Amino acid sequence: MSVTELDAVEAEAATEPRRVNKKELRAARGLLLPAVIFLVLLTQVPFVVTIVYSLLRWNLLYPNDRGFTGISNYVSALTSGDLWPSIVATVLITAFSVILSVALGMLFAILLDRPFRGRAVARTLMITPFLVMPAAASLIWKYSMFDTNIGILNWLSRTLGLPVVSWSTEHPMLSVVIVLTWQFTPFMMLILLAGLQGQDKGILEAAQVDGAGTWRTFTWITLPHLRMYVEIGVLLGSVIILQVFDPIAILTKGTGGTKTLAYLLYERAFIGLDVGQAAAYGVVTVILTIIVATVALRTLFKVFMAGGSR
Amino acid sequence: MLTTKRALTFGAGALASALALAACSSGNVSTDSGSAGGGGGGNVTLNLATVNNGQMKDMEKLKTEYEKANPGTTVNFQVMEEGDLRAAVTADVASGAGQYDIVTIGAYETPQWGANGWLVDLTPELQADSAYDVDDLLPPVRDVNTYDGKLFAVPFYGESSILMYNKEVLDKAGVTLSESPTWQQVADAAKKVNSADMSGICMRGKPGWGDLFAPLTTVVQTFGGNWYDDQWNATVDTPEWKQAVTFYKTMLDESGEKDPVSYSFNECLTALKEGKAAMWADASVAASMLEADDSPVKGKMGYAHMPVEKTQQSGWLWSWNLAIPSSTKQKDAALKFVKWATSKDYIKLVGQQIGWSNVPPGSRTSTYEIPEYKEAAAAYAPITLDVMSSVNPKQPGVNPQKWVGIQYVSIPEFQDVGNQCAQLVADYLADRTSVDDALAKCQELAQAAGDKHKG
Repeated sequence: MSVTELDAVEAEAATEPRRVNKKELRAARGLLLPAVIFLVLLTQVPFVVTIVYSLLRWNLLYPNDRGFTGISNYVSALTSGDLWPSIVATVLITAFSVILSVALGMLFAILLDRPFRGRAVARTLMITPFLVMPAAASLIWKYSMFDTNIGILNWLSRTLGLPVVSWSTEHPMLSVVIVLTWQFTPFMMLILLAGLQGQDKGILEAAQVDGAGTWRTFTWITLPHLRMYVEIGVLLGSVIILQVFDPIAILTKGTGGTKTLAYLLYERAFIGLDVGQAAAYGVVTVILTIIVATVALRTLFKVFMAGGSR
Repeated sequence: MLTTKRALTFGAGALASALALAACSSGNVSTDSGSAGGGGGGNVTLNLATVNNGQMKDMEKLKTEYEKANPGTTVNFQVMEEGDLRAAVTADVASGAGQYDIVTIGAYETPQWGANGWLVDLTPELQADSAYDVDDLLPPVRDVNTYDGKLFAVPFYGESSILMYNKEVLDKAGVTLSESPTWQQVADAAKKVNSADMSGICMRGKPGWGDLFAPLTTVVQTFGGNWYDDQWNATVDTPEWKQAVTFYKTMLDESGEKDPVSYSFNECLTALKEGKAAMWADASVAASMLEADDSPVKGKMGYAHMPVEKTQQSGWLWSWNLAIPSSTKQKDAALKFVKWATSKDYIKLVGQQIGWSNVPPGSRTSTYEIPEYKEAAAAYAPITLDVMSSVNPKQPGVNPQKWVGIQYVSIPEFQDVGNQCAQLVADYLADRTSVDDALAKCQELAQAAGDKHKG
C-alpha cells in the first residue's frame, strides 16, 4: 500500500499551503523503489509467462508439436461454451454462500454478544469450522453428513420417516453451498462480533431510556453501525470463495452446474494437459477477477477512508 | 489522476492475488537428479516414480533387499497420487528432462509413449534372459503393453473386472447366478434383493474417465457399441450406446445406490463391506479386499465373470507397469531393477516377507501356480486368472477397433474426452439432461479427438 501512502502525502501537499520539498519526495520514492521492483517482479513475471503460454500451441501430450498460435486459444476458450456456464456457477456459488454466511454469522454473533455461562467455550466451538482445512471439510460433509448410507443427515430423515436425499446427485449446487456456508459462517461471525462489541454502550442505554424496544434498537442503531463490518465480510468472503476448489472437486466433480472457473481451469490444465488453453482460461479468469476485485477493493477503501461519511 | 493511479494500484494488487490462482503450473516434484556418472561402476542412484498403491509401497519396502544384493545401487522412490504421477511423469518424459530412470505407467500410456519414442524397447533383453521367462507374462497384459511388436513396459500387476455378490443375501432371496451372467440377469437379481436398507447393486457413477467410464465403457462394448469405428469416426450417438447407458441408469434407479454421483471404487467397497449393497461389478483387486481378515463379508462372497450382453467377455484390462524412459542415462542399471521387480522371485519374496495375499496379481501365469498363493487367495485367484486370460484387448467389443485396450481408447485426448463425457452422463444419471443430449454432446467431443487420428 506504499503508493497509497504516497498519494496521501501528495494529497496533503496539494491541500496544505506549506509545500513539501520535491527533493524529499523523490528521495522517499527512491527508497521505496527496490521494494516496488521486487514486488512487481515477484507478482507479475508469472503472469507475463502465463500470457506467453496462452499464445502457444502447447499440449503436454504432443510434446513435439509446440509453436506460436496467436489468439486461437482465446478463441477456443470463448467459443467452447464452457466459459459462460462456469462464470454463472462461480457467481451463484459465491453469492449464495456469502449471503447465507453473513445471515447466519449475524445470528450467531448476536447470540454470542450477550454474556452467558460457557460463552467462551461456545465461541470456540462456533469458530472451529473455519479452522478445518477446506479439503477435510468437504470430506467430512461428503461421508459423515451427505452419504446415503452412513450420513447423519440421511440417518435423521430415515428416523423421521422422510425419504433419503442423495445430496451430491440431486442437489449438487446446494451441497457445495452448504459446505461453504458451514465453513465461512464463523468467519463472518467473528467480524460481526467484533463490530457488535465495538458498539457504544451509552447509545444503547439512551435508546432504552427513550423507550425503543429490542427490535427497533437493532434496526435503527445496531444495523447501521454494523454496515461497515458486513461490507468487509462480504468483500473478503467473496474474494476467497471466488477461487473455491475443494468442495467441487470432492463432492460434485463439476457436475450439475457447479463447474466454477477454478475447477474449469484445473480440468484444462491437469486433465486436458493443454498448457496453452489452460493459460488462456487463466488470463480470462484474471481479467474477470480484476474487474470484480477492483470494484470490490475500491469499496473496501471507501470503508477505510475517514469513516465520517457513515 | 489520483483515481486512475489508485485503480492501477488496485489492479496490480488484484493481479497479484489472482495470479496465485492462475499461474500455477504443473506440480512437478523436483529432486536432486541422481548421480551423473551413469552405469560405469561405482555408485548408481536410480530414481523411480510410482503410484501410491499398496503393491508399490510393498516394493518400496523390499527395495532394501535389492540394494543388499546389488551393492552400490540406491533406488529412490517417489510415490505420488495417480493424477500427480501422470502429470509429473508425462511432463518429464515428454520434455526428455531425464529426471526419472524408471517410471510407473498405466496400460493406457504404454502404447502411446512407445509410439512417441519416449520409452526403451525392452523386448531383446527380456527375451534373451531365459530365467526371466517373458512368456510367463499373461498374454492380454503383454498385448496392452506391446506396440508395433515391441514390449515397452513390463506389468508389475494387472487387474480385470469381475462381478462380486453377497452369496448369503442372494441365497436368501432365492437368486442364483451363473459363472458368466448376462447384464439383464444381473439387473433382475439386483431388483429382487434390493431393499430399503440394502441396495441391490453398487456401480460407479462418479464423473471421471477412470471412475464412471471404466465400467460403463465395458457395458457399452458388450452391448455392441464402442467409442470409435475402425476409421476413427466417433460412434457415441449410436443406438447401442443409448441402449447401454439407459440400461445402466435404469439399473441404478431401480436397485443401485441412492447417490451414484458420489460413488466410485472406494465408496462401493465400503457399501459392500457394511452390507449396504448386495452386488458390485468392479476391479478384480477388490476381491482381495473383501476377503481380507478384517472384512465383515469375508467368506460370504461369490464371484463371477463381468456380466455380458453380446460379447463372450466384458471384463476390462488394466495394469500398472514399469518402464524405462529413453532419456535415462542409466539404462542397464534401470533394466536390472525392472527385471528384478517383475520377476518370479520377487513375487515369492513378497509372499514370504509381506504376506501371500499381498502378492501383485495378474501379471504372471506362474503366480497362480504357487501353492501358498493358491491357498491364501483361494476365493478369487482362479476367477481372476480365468478372466485375465480370457479378455481380448485387441477387440473387446463386437466390431474391430484401431487400438489395443479395453476400458479406454489409447489416444492422448481420451482422458479429456472421457472426463467431459463422464460429466455429461452423470448429469443424465441425475436426471438433469436427456440421454440423447448427453450423448450428442459427447459425440462432438469424441469426434474432435478422433479427427486428429484420421489418415
